[in-house]
Amino acid sequence: MTRVAVCDYRAGNVRSVAVALLRLGADVEVTRSPEAVARADLAVLPGVGSARAAMAALREDGLDEALRARVADGRATLGICLGLQLALEESEEDGGVPGLGLVPGRARRLRRDRVPRLGWAPVEPLGEAFYFAHSYAAETPAATATSEGIVAEVRVGSFLGVQFHPEKSGRAGARYLERCLSPA
Amino acid sequence: MPLPRLIPCLDVAGGRVVKGVRFQGLRDVGDPVELAAAYSDAGADELVFLDVEATVAGRGALRDLVARVADAVSIPFTVGGGVRRVEDGAALLEAGADRVSVNSAALGRPSLVEELAARLGSQAVVVAVDAAGGEVFSRAGGEPTGRRAEEWAHEAAERGAGEILLTSIDADGTRDGYDLPLTRRVADAVSVPVIASGGAGAPEHVAEALEVAQAALLASILHENPARLGSLRDELRARGVPLRDAA
Repeated sequence: MTRVAVCDYRAGNVRSVAVALLRLGADVEVTRSPEAVARADLAVLPGVGSARAAMAALREDGLDEALRARVADGRATLGICLGLQLALEESEEDGGVPGLGLVPGRARRLRRDRVPRLGWAPVEPLGEAFYFAHSYAAETPAATATSEGIVAEVRVGSFLGVQFHPEKSGRAGARYLERCLSPA
Repeated sequence: MPLPRLIPCLDVAGGRVVKGVRFQGLRDVGDPVELAAAYSDAGADELVFLDVEATVAGRGALRDLVARVADAVSIPFTVGGGVRRVEDGAALLEAGADRVSVNSAALGRPSLVEELAARLGSQAVVVAVDAAGGEVFSRAGGEPTGRRAEEWAHEAAERGAGEILLTSIDADGTRDGYDLPLTRRVADAVSVPVIASGGAGAPEHVAEALEVAQAALLASILHENPARLGSLRDELRARGVPLRDAA
């Protein structure tokens, strides 16, 4: 059974991520403990709340260093939505917030169509639609998938970041998370 | 733009799905968790739960319901009814809701929208606007406010609402189709997504609404029957509406 640590940065809905992983048979711990993040097979940085508040909570609990150390050691780490944006060098949300610097690039406010960008959209080359709910998006050379020209997935070493919410993306999302739990 | 969304709406009270004239003659028509899971399986893009009683005493039951739904379904859902303070919204998100909807409380105190957006993020804040003759009504349609729908929707979005749930009181229950002129005026007045609500009686009504709004709320057209959602999706896709493949 895969041990998963879901980082709790005290903002909103981390329950959905935990439940989605539990459904797939993972051993899930929602935690603020750097030790729990260090020993898990997979660490998940979920995507809720604002960038500034989230970074402050991560620093206060020492989770920022625990996440950097994991990725430096090549251990699987998944960032979802805001969790992806926090992994960048910087976000322009809340007047500019420095990120974890795990992924080159920055999060910028969406400037086209209706914002927030809410709903299901196809992701290429994954070939399926996933659920998005965001006002900011990554600008990074590390993109491995896009949705309507917007960065949808990034990979740098053992860090995987997704702009969509796999835990809210029905069957397609469950299949995606299953792949995260059983890396080749 | 993301794909157009179909959103079944479940009226709930005391932890059950109810049906009937609001506040009068509510009839128990089922378990919200079972119905939510069945709608999700039938291809719903999202769900909306409206607590039609929205009493202070019922808040615990609503939070319990939200937690049970979050455990059972893996699509996003919005919860509305009785959100009067930012803490009410935060509690619903902590229980597992993805978004909260506010209506009368925001009309009474518009800064509530800013408070919710600052705490929860705009993407988690839906402002529900009920309109008749183009005018916004408060308190489940009972109280005229003297405000134009497009003007209030614009203000709500400026204050941080991430989506407008627009219900035409005139069209609601007629099954003659959504109020397209009203929906268009509101959609033109805001740069956030708009959910059209009220009046759906046939697939073509839903297709028309999705030309103007980004999502369509489905209530009486489904008769609490998930199989109807499946057939509606098939008919809409046959008409060329680009709904997602939910398989």
